[in-house]
Amino acid sequence: MQFVFVLEQVLNGLLSGAYYLLIALGLSLIFSLGGIVNLAHGGFYAIGAYAAVVLTQRLGFAPAFVLSPLLVAMLGVVIERLLFRRFYRADPILSLLLTFGLAMVIEQGLRIIFGASPQPFSIPPELRGQIFLGDFIYPRYRVIVLGIATLAVTATWFIVYRTAFGRVVRAGVQNPDMVAALGISLSPYMTAIAALGIGLAGLAGVMLAPISGVHPAMGAEILTSAFVVVVIGGLGSFWGVIAAAALVGVVKGVTIYFNPSWGEASMYLLMALVLLVRPRGLFGERIERFE
Amino acid sequence: MIHRVSRRSLIKGAAGAALLGGVGMPAISRAQSDVIRIGHLTPLTGFLGPVGEYAVMGVKLAAEEVNAAGGIMGRKVELVLEDSVNPQTASSKAERLVERDKVSMIIGEISSASGLAIGQVANRLKTVFINTGCNSDALRGANCNPFMFHIEAANSMYVETAGNYFLRENLVKGKKWFTLTADYAFGHDLSRVARGFLQKHGGTLVGDELVPTDATDFSPYLLKIRQARPDVVASNLAGNQITNFIKQYAEYGLPFPIGGFGFDTVVAWGAGKGNFAGIWPLPWHHLVDTPSSRKFVEAFTKKYGKPPENQSWGDYHAFKLTAQAMNEMKSNESVKLSEHLRKGAKFDIGKSREGYFRPYDNQMIMEMYAVRAKEASKQKDQWDIYEALGTVPAPGEDLEVLAPPKDGACKMPA
Repeated sequence: MQFVFVLEQVLNGLLSGAYYLLIALGLSLIFSLGGIVNLAHGGFYAIGAYAAVVLTQRLGFAPAFVLSPLLVAMLGVVIERLLFRRFYRADPILSLLLTFGLAMVIEQGLRIIFGASPQPFSIPPELRGQIFLGDFIYPRYRVIVLGIATLAVTATWFIVYRTAFGRVVRAGVQNPDMVAALGISLSPYMTAIAALGIGLAGLAGVMLAPISGVHPAMGAEILTSAFVVVVIGGLGSFWGVIAAAALVGVVKGVTIYFNPSWGEASMYLLMALVLLVRPRGLFGERIERFE
Repeated sequence: MIHRVSRRSLIKGAAGAALLGGVGMPAISRAQSDVIRIGHLTPLTGFLGPVGEYAVMGVKLAAEEVNAAGGIMGRKVELVLEDSVNPQTASSKAERLVERDKVSMIIGEISSASGLAIGQVANRLKTVFINTGCNSDALRGANCNPFMFHIEAANSMYVETAGNYFLRENLVKGKKWFTLTADYAFGHDLSRVARGFLQKHGGTLVGDELVPTDATDFSPYLLKIRQARPDVVASNLAGNQITNFIKQYAEYGLPFPIGGFGFDTVVAWGAGKGNFAGIWPLPWHHLVDTPSSRKFVEAFTKKYGKPPENQSWGDYHAFKLTAQAMNEMKSNESVKLSEHLRKGAKFDIGKSREGYFRPYDNQMIMEMYAVRAKEASKQKDQWDIYEALGTVPAPGEDLEVLAPPKDGACKMPA
């Protein structure tokens, strides 16, 4: 009988991995192309959530759902043009400091504009309700979130692996000098990838806002989990991030079933274990830049 | 209340703030003999940050009102506001407030772990600390000291208050309870008191899960609750945890009635329409209908454009009663203040009966309130989420029945 409940937690873990996935994927994308470890990534997730709250009050939920990630992606363009591009070939410690500062600016900015109190926001009535799969219960809204997350990840995969644009990006990751020698300017590609990665964080913020509390520190809260996912999966690896997100979700869910107070700690233990066996993560490749 | 900042202290403050992870700039003031300074120390960041924000709003309003009414002994009062962050930082900031900023006393704190650290500093430096938000009974028990006072109710007072209404609804005797508990000092203490209450009244606890304070996804816990099929689900959670819990509980549509033993209104306001449910205890809420309470709600709403939260009540009244006590004693000396407060001075704290600090453990003895979630369709605005259930103890009943038991745990050094 207990097996059924563990299975329920495994399934739930697989599903909740989708939240980490969206944020971790953008983090990984931005890292692979420009070598920037974006500590402000959680901040963009928070901005996405706040944008959803503000736009929903004025336009309703559906338009807000579409517009907010686009707004955050546009913000990503601005940030990439003004800040990120100055740090692409520099010592990674500089971009770490930059994005750490940016994360604090975003969090304090949200606190100054909206206050520290959580913003009231809930699932619109028409999307409420639950779905039963045998004995397993799952809220309808989370199924929709899962569907959109799958779409977004598939689209990202398609862009990176199946288009001319993606070929240039992947070549740029491998050997930027050769790409430049071929007469292709990587600069617009970098901007587009930053916009895509940051837009994905914004999308995650929009989708999670009705489920979790919308407050200034929400970015910092989720960023740690996203980093653990990226590190377990292997920095810069597309499939690594997907596998790690599912793994972290399942390990957390099952640990909570047996010993709740170890729930958060379990993912760090998992990370330590993976790094012991595979120091570059599950699907990590050699990273020339750091060696 | 103008904070003058010297360049040197600004640089020091900035460096300190950067070291502590980018917390807001502390408001530092230079020594001035013609003002009375009062330190305010409360978490503004982290999972208790939303509650802390309301604490600051409350204490600022109180300082404004006291200054408008002539200050303390004719001298202006100046607030020194700090973000306490965590127990280590809280302790060093409390020390700095007393030794460098020369504050007469300290008000604030919400985290029981930080409150304990500040209480120890207060005792060592013989400076009064009025706790406005830490609920752990342990602070009134084994960790009590003559300089730490509590306007915030103890966990046992919260449990008795909510419990009183759970009993009336026949939700205790012979019923199966499932609780979620915040995994730190406050939660552990609340869980212990809640267990005691259930045992005493014939309820059984079928599950109690410790939830890390940074947990955001409650789905594994909700699946466990569903599997346990309890009669009641109760929250021993804190801060943002409560927001996430009530939002996701509504999302999963579980049929078991919910409620809680610990609560702060701001986190339910932040959940959004149609999510809040159940019976919850409060030391005070903005619907309390007494003249001074109405006056406070009116002044607060006028200044900030929203009603005060229960946390604002604590910090507002801690400041007001300090000013009143200092004016009565004609002194702002902390040792004298401690003695004065312990002698049973009575204070109007916005409730139908006056409150006083009990010398046994320095706990404010006062009425408590319970509220019940309002139907979403009947709510007028985002703050109109509950209806008042009434006072505990009932009018006419002895106030002290609600206080933590005098079990000898508190050994107050004379």
